[in-house]
Amino acid sequence: MYHWNWSVLWAATADGTSTYLGTLLAGLGWTLLVGLSAWLIALMVGTVVGVARTLPRGITARLAELYVDVLRSIPLIVQMFLWFYVAPDLLPDRAADAVKAWDRYNVVAAILCLSLFTSARVAEQVRAGIEAIAPGQASAARALGMRTADVYRQVLLPVAFRKILPALTNEFVNIIKNTSVAFTIAVVELMAATRSMQEMTFQVFEAFTAATLIYLSVNLLVVRLMSHLEHRFEVPGLGLRKTGEGR
Amino acid sequence: MSLTMDVDTIVSAAPQLVRGFVFTVKLTLLSAAGGLVLGTVLALLRLSGSRLVAGVVGAWVNAVRSVPLLLVIFWFYFLVPYLGAWLTGARRPIEIDALTSCVITFILFEACYFCEIMRAGIQSIPPGQVNAGRALGMRHWTIMGSIVIPQAVRNMLPVILSQTIVLFQDVSLVSVLSIKDFFGSADFVAKRDGRPHEMYLLVALVYLVTCIALARLAKRLQHRLAPSGH
Repeated sequence: MYHWNWSVLWAATADGTSTYLGTLLAGLGWTLLVGLSAWLIALMVGTVVGVARTLPRGITARLAELYVDVLRSIPLIVQMFLWFYVAPDLLPDRAADAVKAWDRYNVVAAILCLSLFTSARVAEQVRAGIEAIAPGQASAARALGMRTADVYRQVLLPVAFRKILPALTNEFVNIIKNTSVAFTIAVVELMAATRSMQEMTFQVFEAFTAATLIYLSVNLLVVRLMSHLEHRFEVPGLGLRKTGEGR
Repeated sequence: MSLTMDVDTIVSAAPQLVRGFVFTVKLTLLSAAGGLVLGTVLALLRLSGSRLVAGVVGAWVNAVRSVPLLLVIFWFYFLVPYLGAWLTGARRPIEIDALTSCVITFILFEACYFCEIMRAGIQSIPPGQVNAGRALGMRHWTIMGSIVIPQAVRNMLPVILSQTIVLFQDVSLVSVLSIKDFFGSADFVAKRDGRPHEMYLLVALVYLVTCIALARLAKRLQHRLAPSGH
């Protein structure tokens, strides 16, 4: 049947510059680079859109809702292809040619795609977090003469973020996993490195097992980091623990 | 701006796209149904008294949920022929058609997500009902099958539906195996005819309309179910 050969991980690659394990770890580097930068953008954009969704009914709230609906209704791989194959052609001709000739545009497209895709999900969490706060708090803040921006910054968001930290952990783990879809536009992240190892060595299951273990350890790390943050920012008496574990 | 649209491409590709869409819907429904059943079984095992069983199932569910779906798709694509050979006692890896391989992959994958949904659903049923069943002399599986699970499914229906919408979108990833699901067939035409703009935008639009309609439906269902909940 299948011939296992774990030593293939330490074997030199065809071009002799690295071992196969080395190429997987280099892939992990790209996964983390794309995943983390997309995560930072997703957090910022998601917060803005989430806040916009809680504003009193108006054009801003409607636009924010449309943004979330669109980004959550199109599969990730389709969005990835739109950013890579279609988006450059929305630019003026000369700019479009420059973008297409640039060999790192796929990385930029992947980061843009993943950050906006995830920002819609972050926005929903931020909105849920804000809506879970008793409306009296915002009214009290306004009665004290705070401006809307300050109501959000000083009163609502600090509590909302604490409430949604467990849900954000989930999205953080998801964005790392979703980075694998960037392999379809030739970003040499972990999934792509795994596939190329599998195609070069024919040791399918060694490659997949190694990748699985790497993904599992990264996830464990993210979960640990986030639960550390949860403890760090915990405010006694807010009863946040219970809401966090409810889902 | 060089965004061009050629309607003829879409018209001539229509039969292929429709076939792809039917494949996607079939795969979604089969995987959702199979995943829900297997997921319910996994949830019951996780909640069974045995710590060993609960531990093993919990570890499996968490592991699958921590790995990208793409990796899971590749895993099973290569693993299923070996598993089939092992099950049937064949000497060589058996050949399996694309739909079967995908259905097996997605059922096993989705079961891990449905397991957690159903676990929450089962835990939402007040324990008094289980005790009442026991007092009436019902067996454990009868209590689960005729009292707990039907209510758990009912309570969780909105979540089950939104997970199915996610699944409907995730099915597009099988295109990496050159399988012609809806996105896969559009991608095939896009590359064959050199018309990526029409194809990718069309796929995006169809998914957009379908998913928003389904999400509306799920929301209405949620409102209808809400008053009877606890």
